[in-house]
Amino acid sequence: MTNATADARSAILGRLRASMDTGPLPGLDTAVLERRAWPAAERVVRLRKGMEAVHTEFLDATPADWPAVVRAFCDREGLKNLLFGPASEAGAALADAWTPGGTQLLPYDRPVETFKEELFTGVDAGFTDTVGGVAETGGLLLMPGPAEPRLMSLVPPIHIALLRASTIQNTFWSAVKSLGWGRRLPPNALMISGPSKTADIEQTLAYGVHGPKRLIVVLVQDLS
Amino acid sequence: MHVESEIHFRDAAAKALLDPQLRANFRRAMDGLISKRRAQFPDPRDLQDLRDLSTAIRSRSLLNLPDLLEQLEASCRKNGIQVHWAETCEQANELILGLLQAKGAKTLVKGKSMVSEEMHLNAFLESKGIEALESDLGEYIIQLDGETPSHIIMPAIHKNKDQIARQFSQKIKDAKYTEDVDELTAMARKVLRQKFLDADAGLSGVNFAVAETGTLCLVENEGNGRMSTHVPPLHIAVMGLEKVVARLEDVAPLYSILTRSATGQAVSTYFNLISGPRGTGEKDGPQEVHLVILDNGRSRIYADPQLRATLRCIRCGACMNHCPVYTRVGGHAYEAVYPGPIGKILTPQMEGVGVRHDLIHGSSLCGACAEVCPVEIPIPEILVRLRREATHEDAGSKVEGRGTGRTATEDWAWRLWAGVLKRPTLYRLAAWFATRFGKALPTGAPLIKDWTRTRTKPVPARRSLQERMRAEGARHD
Repeated sequence: MTNATADARSAILGRLRASMDTGPLPGLDTAVLERRAWPAAERVVRLRKGMEAVHTEFLDATPADWPAVVRAFCDREGLKNLLFGPASEAGAALADAWTPGGTQLLPYDRPVETFKEELFTGVDAGFTDTVGGVAETGGLLLMPGPAEPRLMSLVPPIHIALLRASTIQNTFWSAVKSLGWGRRLPPNALMISGPSKTADIEQTLAYGVHGPKRLIVVLVQDLS
Repeated sequence: MHVESEIHFRDAAAKALLDPQLRANFRRAMDGLISKRRAQFPDPRDLQDLRDLSTAIRSRSLLNLPDLLEQLEASCRKNGIQVHWAETCEQANELILGLLQAKGAKTLVKGKSMVSEEMHLNAFLESKGIEALESDLGEYIIQLDGETPSHIIMPAIHKNKDQIARQFSQKIKDAKYTEDVDELTAMARKVLRQKFLDADAGLSGVNFAVAETGTLCLVENEGNGRMSTHVPPLHIAVMGLEKVVARLEDVAPLYSILTRSATGQAVSTYFNLISGPRGTGEKDGPQEVHLVILDNGRSRIYADPQLRATLRCIRCGACMNHCPVYTRVGGHAYEAVYPGPIGKILTPQMEGVGVRHDLIHGSSLCGACAEVCPVEIPIPEILVRLRREATHEDAGSKVEGRGTGRTATEDWAWRLWAGVLKRPTLYRLAAWFATRFGKALPTGAPLIKDWTRTRTKPVPARRSLQERMRAEGARHD
C-alpha cells in the first residue's frame, strides 16, 4: 500500500468509527427464502421452464448416454470443433466416448495467452460441467478452475453445459449454503441462466451480445 | 454564505418537457419496466418479507461498516486481491492511472460501473493517453456520442433505435444503416470482441462485496462484465464503500430483489463471483486483481443517523422507473451522475445541499419511490430533511453545504410571515386586505409569478374564516 492509500484508509475508517452506533443488529427473518421449496422432480421442471423462457435449449440424456447426446448435437449442428477440459471428470468421459471424424475435440490445456486469437475466432463451442442448478429462477452453477478454465463458458458462440437433475437446488440461497460457497470460494464461481442478452436498444431483447449466442443444457435424468 | 445554484433543474426540465421524442422514449421504457417489475412480485406478502429482509441485511452491513470493510480487505488480501482506498475521486483516478501505468497498459475495457461515472474516469484516462472503452451495449452507445447515462441501469434509454441506427452507420467503420435491433447488436459485438481480445486491462464496478469470503459480485446480462474481468491480464474493480455485506448468503436475497426491481427479471443471465486472480494451475483469468474502495462523501453521509439510509441503496433504479418527474423529464435534466429520486438525495449530499438545491426541490414528494424501494429508503423524508438543511445551520449537522441555499428573499418572506402571525391586529388587517384586494394582485408580481408560471393564481376567499365564524354567531371563549 502506498502512503496515499494508507492515509486514505485510516482517515476513512476513522470517520466511520467515529459515527458508528452500538445498537443491536436487526434480526434476519429468512422465512421468505425457506418457503421457496419443491420436490426434486418439480425442481427439474421449474429450472427448465425458467431457463427456456430466456432461450436456453435442453437436451435430455441419461447417466450413460450423455456423451453420445453431446456428440449427436455437435454433428447435427455441423460444429467444426468443441473446446473441453481434458482434466475434468466430465471432460475425460467425453473424450473417452468421442469417435474420430466430424466435430473435433479441442482440449483447453494451456495458458490462454498461447491461443487467445484462436479462442476468439476459431472455436465453435465450449463444453463444461456444472456443480448444480437453481429451481426457483432457473440457473446453472459453475465453478471454473484449472480443469475447466473460465473462458470456456464465455467466449465460444455456443456453450454446452452438463447438468445432473439430482444437483438442482431450490434457490440460489440454499445452493450457496449446501455447496459451502459461503465459507470458501474458488477465484471464480458463477450462475448462468441463459445465453448472453441485452435490452439496451429500446428495451428490445437481443441474444448473443458479448457472450455465447446459444446455451445448450444436457440434462442428465439421474433422479431415482 | 449563500451559494448560487449553478445548475437549474427547473430550466433543464422545462426544456426536456418540450421534446416529444424524448418524452415518448421514456414513457414507453418506464411503462415496460413498471409492468415487468409488477409481474415479478405476484404475492404482496412475499414482496414485503423480501423487502424487510433486504432492508435488515443492508442496515446490518451499515451498522458494522468499518469492521466489515476491514474484514473485506483482509479476506481479499488472503485471496490475492490487492486493496486500495481513496477518499476522493481525484485520488481514485490517480490510483487507477498508477496501476495501469505500472503495467504499461494503453487500453482499458470497462464493464458497467456507476462509481467510475462518478469519478469521470474515462475523461481523466483519455487526458493521460489511455483509451477507456465502455463495453456494456448501452454505455457503448452513449460513449459514441459523448453522452452521459440517463438511467443507472439502462444508460441509453433516452435513445430510440432510429437514433442508434443513424449513429452506428456514421461512427462504426463499414457499418450499414439498419434499424434491426439484432443487426445493431451484432455490429457492436463485432467491434467489442476485438477490443476485449486486445485490451491491456479491464475495469468493473461491484454490486456486492462479501466480507467473509473476499468476493466481488457482479450482476449482468450481456457477458461484457465477464469479458472485462476475465480476459485482460489486469482487472481493476471500483466500489463505493457502502457496497460491503457480511456473508455470501446475505447476497442471495439482495440479488433476487435487485434483478426483479431493476428490470423485472427473476434472475440475470450472469451472476459472477470473483474471489481472486488466476489461481495455481488456472489457464485463464487476470494475473492481477485490484479493488479500489472509494469514499467521496459517503463517510459524511454515514455520520448522520437519518441520512445514513441513503447508503442502503443497491442501485436498482426502481425509484426512477416509478417517478412521475423522472418519467417526464428523463435522466439528463438532472445534470448529475445519479438521476431520479435516489440522485436527488445522493447528489446534494455528495456535492453540497446549497449548490444542488435545485434537485432537492425537484420533487412532488408523492412517495412512489419509497413505495417501490427494495431496501425501504425513505426518499421523501430525506428530501424534506435536506430542504431544511439547505437553508439552516442546525447544531450537530454534518451535511455538506448546510445553510448555503438560504436566500435574502426567502429569509425576508419568512420574517414578514412570522411578524404578521405574531401580532393579532396586524394579522387581522392583513387578512382583511387579502380578502378584499387579493384578487387584484397581478399574476406577474414578484414571487407570485414563480407560482403562477405553471399554476393558476390562488384567489383568497371573500371573507376570512374568522369573519365568517363571527357572522355565524360563534364565539371564541
